[in-house]
Amino acid sequence: MCIQVVGRVLKLQIFHYFHIQIFTSYSSFPPQNHHASCTLLYKKPFVESFEETPLLVAVLTYIGYGILTIFGYLRDFLRDWKFEKCHLAREREEQKDFVPLYQDFENFYTRNLYMRIRDNWNRPICSIPGAKMDLVERVTPDYNWTFEHTGNVLKDVINMGSYNYLGFAENTGTCADAASECTVKYGVGVSSTRQEIGNLDKHEELEKLVARFLGVESSMAFGMGFATNSMNIPALTGKGCLILSDELNHASLVLGARLSGSTIRVFKHNNMQSLEKLLRDAIVHGQPRTHRPWKKILVLVEGIYSMEGSIVRLPEVIALKKKYKAYLYLDEAHSIGALGPRGRGVVDYFGLDPSDVDIMMGTFTKSFGAAGGYIGGKKELIDYLCLHSHSAVHATSMSPPITQQIITSMKCIMGEDGTTLGEFRILSENTTYFRRRLHEMGFIIYGNNDSPVVPLMLYMPAKIGAFGREMLKRNIGTVVVGFPATPIIESRARFCVSAAHTREMLDKALNAISEVGDLLQLKYSRKNRNGSEGTDCFSFLESHQD
Amino acid sequence: MLLIYIFQLKTYQTFAPAYHLILEGILILWIIRLLFSKTYKLQERSDLTEKEKEELIEEWQPEPLVPLVPKDHPSLNYDVVTGPPSHRIIVNGKECINFASFNFLGLLDSERVKLKALSSLKKYGVGTCGPRGFYGTFDVHLELEERLAKFMRTEEAIIYSYGFATIASAIPAYSKRGDIVFVDEAACFSIQKGLQASRSFVKYFKHNDMEDLERLLKEQEIEDQKNPRKARVIRRFIVVEGLYINAADICPLPELVKLKYKYKVRIFLEESMSFGVLGEYGRGVTEHFGVNIDDIDLISANMENALASIGGFCCGRSFVIDHQRLSGQGYCFSASLPPMLASAAIEALNIMEEDPGIFRVLQDKCKHMHKALQGTPGLKTVGEPLTPALHLLLENSTGSRTNDLKLLRAIVDYSLDRQIALTLARYLDKEERFLPPPSIRVVVTVEQTQEEMEKAAQCIREAAVKILK
Repeated sequence: MCIQVVGRVLKLQIFHYFHIQIFTSYSSFPPQNHHASCTLLYKKPFVESFEETPLLVAVLTYIGYGILTIFGYLRDFLRDWKFEKCHLAREREEQKDFVPLYQDFENFYTRNLYMRIRDNWNRPICSIPGAKMDLVERVTPDYNWTFEHTGNVLKDVINMGSYNYLGFAENTGTCADAASECTVKYGVGVSSTRQEIGNLDKHEELEKLVARFLGVESSMAFGMGFATNSMNIPALTGKGCLILSDELNHASLVLGARLSGSTIRVFKHNNMQSLEKLLRDAIVHGQPRTHRPWKKILVLVEGIYSMEGSIVRLPEVIALKKKYKAYLYLDEAHSIGALGPRGRGVVDYFGLDPSDVDIMMGTFTKSFGAAGGYIGGKKELIDYLCLHSHSAVHATSMSPPITQQIITSMKCIMGEDGTTLGEFRILSENTTYFRRRLHEMGFIIYGNNDSPVVPLMLYMPAKIGAFGREMLKRNIGTVVVGFPATPIIESRARFCVSAAHTREMLDKALNAISEVGDLLQLKYSRKNRNGSEGTDCFSFLESHQD
Repeated sequence: MLLIYIFQLKTYQTFAPAYHLILEGILILWIIRLLFSKTYKLQERSDLTEKEKEELIEEWQPEPLVPLVPKDHPSLNYDVVTGPPSHRIIVNGKECINFASFNFLGLLDSERVKLKALSSLKKYGVGTCGPRGFYGTFDVHLELEERLAKFMRTEEAIIYSYGFATIASAIPAYSKRGDIVFVDEAACFSIQKGLQASRSFVKYFKHNDMEDLERLLKEQEIEDQKNPRKARVIRRFIVVEGLYINAADICPLPELVKLKYKYKVRIFLEESMSFGVLGEYGRGVTEHFGVNIDDIDLISANMENALASIGGFCCGRSFVIDHQRLSGQGYCFSASLPPMLASAAIEALNIMEEDPGIFRVLQDKCKHMHKALQGTPGLKTVGEPLTPALHLLLENSTGSRTNDLKLLRAIVDYSLDRQIALTLARYLDKEERFLPPPSIRVVVTVEQTQEEMEKAAQCIREAAVKILK
């Protein structure tokens, strides 16, 4: 049975791979769309690239996974027959005759593939997660089954993994001072919900500020970004509504859509033809079987997709939404503060009107150095959420010092406290520089040229572990991702560029990446590097930057 | 299958009449035709022309995104708290004594906790800028997990950054489609969301009624005997709360453990209200009843009540807890708990461990308050004497929920004017599975003195007499 399922997974992935070859390609200005008018929607070039996987690499990757699976079975066999010591925790003696809690196959991947390279994740740190951080050194005596802390600290590791886009993760300065004052005055906890007695004056101040920042009528803040999606989408839609969700949406959006009970249809990633087709079919045919008209249609998209580094085609989505009278839910978890000349997110980046987006959602974790989420929109929407949001009724409100951190950092970004922030310019320059250098070196990187999230393709399973470890040896902390967060052959390393990174840090990181790339043979890109369309595009962009 | 067919054909050759062979030949040709014919999607079966489609698209009008909310809706304007939500709280401009926040051990005001949080802020900053897997694991998180596991005397603990998400992520990590979960009717909203996300079969039993639960378990046993193969892979769980937030009473844990071993069901225990409240050392309902903690498969609690921080944790054996590190959605896909909040929780745990006498004090105060509120005209007290958060319901309901809420709100407003801060217990009217009746929530904390409790009881009595006559 296991072989059948693995075989099915591999077949699906081969199909997916060929599908990608035919489908995605280097898309550049003007965007290739059937709407000629779309060229007018984009005020500046929208350059995204998802280079094809080289055929040889794909084949080798599948062979790699095949070998790992065979070895996995061998090791399971040895463990069952007690030739090898079993490190897994076991069920209690008294409960041995209960139905097993886990299916053997569910954990096959965890036991045999994930465990081998587990040291690349959950690395504990003991300093601020800024541009440089201190990692706790760990060693493993038994191949990653258990870890021991040696007591040493790896100092000043360059941090290319934390979501610190504007550099607000700091323990000195105005933000930290304000948060300290707030801790002394208000304490740390709240112990009540918003509707009961947990609504502090700080929360109302924050909500007014967020509404001003986004340019919307009103907003509401919640204690956790993940929960903002999973608790508010069910309050907005229900049975008889349709949700059109992008293929690569985050787990919180998928969970929120599922909990709402609406019908969910998925359109291909960032593909406007697919979305339009679904919209037309939905309105023309109505609900399945009964053909009653849909009550509402809600389109779920994200500002920046964190695994792909792509930016949503917002002008086209808004044009479609207006034409077909759907509602738009925009999740700006990564793009708020990181995109746009004034840092107001994807809407600012494209120069659009915030009132066109019905529901603007975002999180404070990434660019503001705090925690929590918000939803902004018209006053009727927020009033309704005040009454019906699951979070307002049953979940504790935000902690006061966190609220204060958001208020101070937001005021900094808006320039209201007197300081002029050059952070967006620095972030944008760092992003362009980093992407250009990686591209010149010959790596395959995905995503939009303006997105600070840079995925670098690794493909082969062994290289996932090797890349993470080699980079740590050179004092650079990176994040590597594999299945199931990405398709099985498209494992990648993901870099998050920050405004706190200086040129020297980026250069050091780039040199280390190039070294490791040569060592592990990661420079797969087959695009021409000398004076061809690839380099032209970047020089075109740089000449247009202010 | 083809081989069997050919074999049969061979044996029939000597006996088959001509029409039989012709029929077989036609069948084979039909199969070949079907294999090569074009497939069509069922959805596009329609015969609409482009023009008709355009018309349909023009005519379709969606509902408004949200229905209009009347401006005078009673819950629209929240009560605003100016300043910290401590023992003396300023609500809507009036200074009151706090009988509404779940600050059971009074740790919201503790100077030690604030100092520890400050020093953590100076070292780590505020946010963690990442999930646990990607440089979001701080040494304070690991320390807090160890301390919680040690305090509860289990092997391992795992922390979440939001109390609501704790049990709502834990249940779907273990219980999948096809599994069976037996839940008490009075289970709180986060448990209901966890069950909905898990897509398992949910069977509700009457609140605290062990006979009803046993009946359901027996029915399930009979089902299993009909289909033993399926029964061997379906997992079964019972989800109960230690101290129910909606009903304010304690679950009968020893009977549940007996049922567990008799019918081979696992127990998940939600201890948000009983952690730091029940038991000699505050370890919760297992200590209260003297049940061996290894008998409970998973204990989940939030740190927002007794520990006066933010977030939640699950503890139990490593065999059970470790699974959530890869499959708990609220753990893997969400940013981790800010380190200053984790430090505050560690210091709160220190205070709890140093002075186990406060649990006794809290339990005495709860009993005192319960007794003081008995006999209020027009209101009945719902809850056990040991519960720190009890409900006051109307003895005779007016028949309409809105009117009941208005009366109770009037009592709350009356008390606010006399410096007693109370609150209505809030629910989502349309989303709750079993909507509890409207009530006022009265919370007892260690910081309240006897006089203050007497004053509160007196004030509520006066309000009830005046408003409910």
